[in-house]
Amino acid sequence: MGYAFDFSVIRDNIGLFVAGALLTFRVSLIAIAFGLILGIIGALFRTSGNRILNAVTLAYVEVIRNTPFLIQLFFIFFGLPKLGIRLNAEQAAILSLAINFGAYSTEIVRAGVESIPKGQIEAAMALGFKPLKIFRYIILTPALSNIYTALTGQVILAVLFTSVVSQIATEDLTFAGDFLNSRTFRSFEIYFTVCLFYLAIVWIIKGFAYWIERRFFEFAKYSRR
Amino acid sequence: MSDEFTLGRIFINLLIATKWTIILSIIAFVFGGIAGFLIMMMRISPIKPIRFLSWVYVEFFEGTPLLLQLFLAFFGVSVVFGINLSPLVAATIALTAFTSAFLADIWRGAVEALPKGQWEASSALGFGYFKKLRYIILPQAVKLAIAPTVGFLVQVIKGTSLASVIGFTELSRAASQINNVTLKALLVFALAGAIYFLLCYPLSLWSQRVEQRLNQQAH
Repeated sequence: MGYAFDFSVIRDNIGLFVAGALLTFRVSLIAIAFGLILGIIGALFRTSGNRILNAVTLAYVEVIRNTPFLIQLFFIFFGLPKLGIRLNAEQAAILSLAINFGAYSTEIVRAGVESIPKGQIEAAMALGFKPLKIFRYIILTPALSNIYTALTGQVILAVLFTSVVSQIATEDLTFAGDFLNSRTFRSFEIYFTVCLFYLAIVWIIKGFAYWIERRFFEFAKYSRR
Repeated sequence: MSDEFTLGRIFINLLIATKWTIILSIIAFVFGGIAGFLIMMMRISPIKPIRFLSWVYVEFFEGTPLLLQLFLAFFGVSVVFGINLSPLVAATIALTAFTSAFLADIWRGAVEALPKGQWEASSALGFGYFKKLRYIILPQAVKLAIAPTVGFLVQVIKGTSLASVIGFTELSRAASQINNVTLKALLVFALAGAIYFLLCYPLSLWSQRVEQRLNQQAH
């Protein structure tokens, strides 16, 4: 193997990677926030008892979960302008990521809502808990603690998925790698470094998630099994 | 000869490309399954360095985007080793790595979900390590692993769409190319999405059924 690794291309262009990482971070954060709102609304519809709302939401969830994100992204980026809706690359990226995350989080949040037995709420009422306290301690905290692991996993998958938006020329971390690769052809060094950046982002999320779990959900763990 | 793209022609062209989506999915699942089994065995090994190596492998391929793994396999490997990989070979390498990491993790979860008593009881029966796995642990773990494994197959099929980015012509790339010619984005990508849905949805349903049946047995 006569290949000499040369990581100086990384050092010389570190600003490009950092700018890309920041955009990846921003796009992820906005998309996940909107996606989570979609997911909560979706979960409300799924558990509302209204047949039509339930069916429509289920169709949304299944269509999104059973088609590739790349196709969803292209449908929105290339398709919506045909309907007169103009989006730039970043807007299209955020919109499709949010719609995608919304479908997955709908099912996760629904599982959380359904994991709270009615008797638990009735018991709290019998003990004289005020409604707000019931919502906070008896419903919300145990429900969140039940779905916390699944939600964190989905957030990580969503962040990794954002790499796909480089394909519509959103200037994220992956795009930075592509750009540099086309100029220097140090493919291995560049893409390996980009991978390490993603790995670092994933570890930061994991660490943060672990801290929140310790801080807020420790006492609710009894309800997990 | 008219090159007019009618709905029928678009659909037939997409279907022809679907063949490669299916072939690539099967390749990824078979190779990923074999490699994933070996990684899983390493993950549950009593020897610490072996466990650590497999942890690094799983952590890397689960913690980085599949798209980047494809780039590493296609551009990175060819530069470092001075060989030109075809898109199919590069996609096979990347999808195998991706699939094996996730399957190893899923299967390890299934093994670890079994009560410790199963290991202890088989030790008490005088079984050696591999005999324990073969006759006591794995048969029970397989039952737990079926639903998530089938569910992950859906992720693999969807994952093959990214092979289009390194120039492998499967369903997504065919859709992009047809869109470039016809500019009927809504129609072309909706059709491609519908074909993916028809491939994935039955598997999703099957996975959900198996899981429900398992949950009912548990109660």
